[in-house]
Amino acid sequence: MTDDGETRPPRDETRAGADVPAPADGTVAATGGAATATAPTGAHRVAVSEGKRSERRLGWLLCLPAAVIMVVVTIYPIVYALLLSFQRADLRFPNDNKWIGVTNYVTVLTNSFWWHAFVITMIVTVISVAVELVLGMALAMVMHRTLLGRGLVRTLALIPYGIVTVVAAFGWRYAWTPGYGYLANLLSDNSAPLTQQVPAVGIIILAEIWKTTPFMALLLMAGLAIVPDDLQRAASMDGATTWQRFTQVTLPLMKPAILVALLFRTLDAVRIYDNIYVLTNGAQGTSSLSILTYHNLIGGLNLGIGSTMSILMFITVAIIAFIFIKGFGTAAPGTDSTGRR
Amino acid sequence: MAEIVLDEITKRFPDGTVAVDKFSLDVADHEFIILVGPSGCGKTTTLNMIAGLEDISDGELRIDGKRVNEVAPRDRDIAMVFQSYALYPHMTVRENIGFPLKLAKVDKAQANQQIEEAAAILDLTPYLDRKPGALSGGQRQRVAMGRAIVRSPKAFLMDEPLSNLDAKLRVQMRTSISRIQKRLGTTTVYVTHDQTEAMTLGDRIVIMRAGLIQQVGSPQELYEDPVNLFVAGFIGSPSMNFVPGTIADNAIDTVLGRIPLTDRIRTTLDAHEAPREVIVGIRPEAFEDAALVDGSRGAGVTFTAPVDILESMGSVKYAYFSLENAHVDSEHLAELERDSGTEEIGQAQIVTELDARSQVREGQNLEVWFDPDSIDVFEPSSGANLTAK
Amino acid sequence: MATTARQRTGWTIANVVVAIYALIPVLWLLSLSLKDKSTFTDGHFIPRKWTFENYVNIFQVGGFLRPLINSIGIAVISTVIAIVFGTFAAYAIARLQFPGKSLMLGASLLIAMFPQISLVTPMFQIERQIGLFNTWPGLILPYITFALPLTIYTLSAFLREIPWELEKAAKMDGATPFQAFRQVIVPLAMPGVVTTAILAFIQCWNDFVFAISLTSSNTARTAPAAISYFTGASQFEDPVGSIMAAAVVITIPIIIFVLIFQRRIVSGLTSGAVKG
Repeated sequence: MTDDGETRPPRDETRAGADVPAPADGTVAATGGAATATAPTGAHRVAVSEGKRSERRLGWLLCLPAAVIMVVVTIYPIVYALLLSFQRADLRFPNDNKWIGVTNYVTVLTNSFWWHAFVITMIVTVISVAVELVLGMALAMVMHRTLLGRGLVRTLALIPYGIVTVVAAFGWRYAWTPGYGYLANLLSDNSAPLTQQVPAVGIIILAEIWKTTPFMALLLMAGLAIVPDDLQRAASMDGATTWQRFTQVTLPLMKPAILVALLFRTLDAVRIYDNIYVLTNGAQGTSSLSILTYHNLIGGLNLGIGSTMSILMFITVAIIAFIFIKGFGTAAPGTDSTGRR
Repeated sequence: MAEIVLDEITKRFPDGTVAVDKFSLDVADHEFIILVGPSGCGKTTTLNMIAGLEDISDGELRIDGKRVNEVAPRDRDIAMVFQSYALYPHMTVRENIGFPLKLAKVDKAQANQQIEEAAAILDLTPYLDRKPGALSGGQRQRVAMGRAIVRSPKAFLMDEPLSNLDAKLRVQMRTSISRIQKRLGTTTVYVTHDQTEAMTLGDRIVIMRAGLIQQVGSPQELYEDPVNLFVAGFIGSPSMNFVPGTIADNAIDTVLGRIPLTDRIRTTLDAHEAPREVIVGIRPEAFEDAALVDGSRGAGVTFTAPVDILESMGSVKYAYFSLENAHVDSEHLAELERDSGTEEIGQAQIVTELDARSQVREGQNLEVWFDPDSIDVFEPSSGANLTAK
Repeated sequence: MATTARQRTGWTIANVVVAIYALIPVLWLLSLSLKDKSTFTDGHFIPRKWTFENYVNIFQVGGFLRPLINSIGIAVISTVIAIVFGTFAAYAIARLQFPGKSLMLGASLLIAMFPQISLVTPMFQIERQIGLFNTWPGLILPYITFALPLTIYTLSAFLREIPWELEKAAKMDGATPFQAFRQVIVPLAMPGVVTTAILAFIQCWNDFVFAISLTSSNTARTAPAAISYFTGASQFEDPVGSIMAAAVVITIPIIIFVLIFQRRIVSGLTSGAVKG
């Protein structure tokens, strides 16, 4: 089923694209900030006491392993993509590589395919994340509060997320394929929904929601677990209805958990790839940004354009993340709203 | 057992606010000392600095003569009881109490014996294998105490340990803390905002306001000789009454009538070069129902007013009066009002404590008597007591 | 807790709804994997003719055992390391004051945001050069990297909720910062740690893009990647049955993993820590 040509390791020819000038030092420093962050920040007005200093040392020490791994693994690929995005690097014309400034960016941003994929991605993201938040909250409530067979329910609820995306997508594809599938057979006119744009996008969203609602639910349930029961009881003594208790007590306390769940789900949704790859492979105008990038990067072998798309996607995602964190204000991890006294 | 010396200890926060300003105090070995004051006065910050949980910006902290500013909390050999108890919810009572011993690598048998002893002192023996979640508030408080006493530290630090208990339990625990401290003789620094706790528990009390020590002394000294309006208003329950007064012709004119100056008061006022406008403070206990006063009555001052509210406590009666033009405007008192959330202090209300035999009823006019020598006179702007010894 | 009959009915319905939601599509996969070739395209939800041929096939012909072992080993190792390092970093971020904290958070978020598709090519080249290509560590390293941001974020949100005074109390009781972390904070954060571990494990287990690009043989190829190489018993045969059988097989470890650890997602553990 799977077309090997599309998914097997990048071919050796791609190495041609790697023979780019060594990363300029300035660029490395910009992206490698996380590494230098662990160095002491120099002169401070007041001498720091033993306690503060050991606290700093411990802070750096504890962050060090995670920081080192993340930087070591990603620094080269990220810089590589960034540099390629400013070059003409088409594997079909390997001798034609050269620096072309922002031309790639202009090309991509004035291209209707890009904007079409952008719109599709946003539609899929907004609808699926919104539905997942509501469904996920309901699911989290059931998982958290159910009185019967809690362990079994929790396990069951997580199964969709546990199933490998590609495989689950195959399940959906067959279910909607006329002849093979039980769902397609339910449709009266024996039509093939995956071959029409709107139903296909609908199915992609459906598959996405089914698969990742449990992810949302699990993170939200973790948030529910830290809402003290006493507070719930106190609120009900104060005459709050179940709904008021939920909106006035539970939700505000869950804010950090909701932020994390929404943020990571959205970041994932914007990069949606596996589901679309299996269900339509971007046909009938259902291409997402990732699919488009993939087709350029590996299918089309146009590394320059593909890398530009990666960077643009990255910027899109970064803007979304920024909005989220600002919108949630002090509920974001790392802010010191709670203070320490 | 240890002597704790705070030598001009100062706490400055990064934003520049000074929480504690040049705090100097010698805590003697075995002493039970109380830090008391309204919220935000710096008492908990001071305690945290002694504990090592908060850095000292300036000054020196010595325990048993050794500077410990830079010593980590765990090496100071001090135990602390927190307002919230801070029990480890995943450990049983036994594990909670034994946690300091486990960290100090005390051997199992020895540790167990110490835990049992501490539990016996605190009546916790039946609960040793429960988790904190299954205990009542009072029991949790005792577990927190147990964790402090189990390793016989040099000193106890207690941060409002009783404020989460209900009134009755609080009185009970207050006496048992006092008993345990006397029995063990461990130097104790105790923070509270409750003046009753301060008065009943401490050998000495330190009254703080806005990061500054106002007065240090035994409960009796603070009660009898408050150095300023703030201390006078803080110590004593119900609080001291304050009315504005004008010194004229060997007497002070107030809404309570013309109070003649006794020799003692005149001497101290002269010594302090008192201004004409002053604030007069009279404790509720100084008043009496004029009908019950005989003999010395002639020497006293009386005023007559309708009783607003009458509270009978059994042993005594409190009569409240509202008087025109009796309001005292002082920033020193305003802070106390804000903290207690009440408006009785410094307001136009006068509280008097009467003998239980008084026959007065609410709404009736009552003639109230007081001794002119029992008053305190304060300088309005600085708040200093002009009649202090 | 006393339960009324109405509550019981309500929860039963809720549970059934959850079960239907989660299981129908899975049962469809199961059904496809059990359908006999002749009835494969009949479109019925329940197979008319049953066969285990697909399951036998993937292990005997497809050599599915080795990828399965690779998957389990790689996912477990990646999860453990990511959780340990992630807990360290999350603790520092939630509880300690040190310069560079927001950079750490920002950088890990940036990494979580970068399109993985575009990292594959350079990573392939670099792994070829340093000999990590087609090895366990060659997959473990990127898996840890991409599990870390989520781990750090989830756990620091969790750790923030643990009362400060517990740590102060531990310090006063004579604990070093690490002892306070290890003996007081980590046990209390267990629900969060377990939740995060489940997510990280699933994330590693599900990865397809890296697995297919950074392996070339069964030495390190994981199950999801191996599935895409299924060709059916003969060249002209549709491998869907085999793919579905493999899908069912690789879902089993996830179910076991979640079953074991969901018990630890207990609520209300911090009750009784503070206040009366």
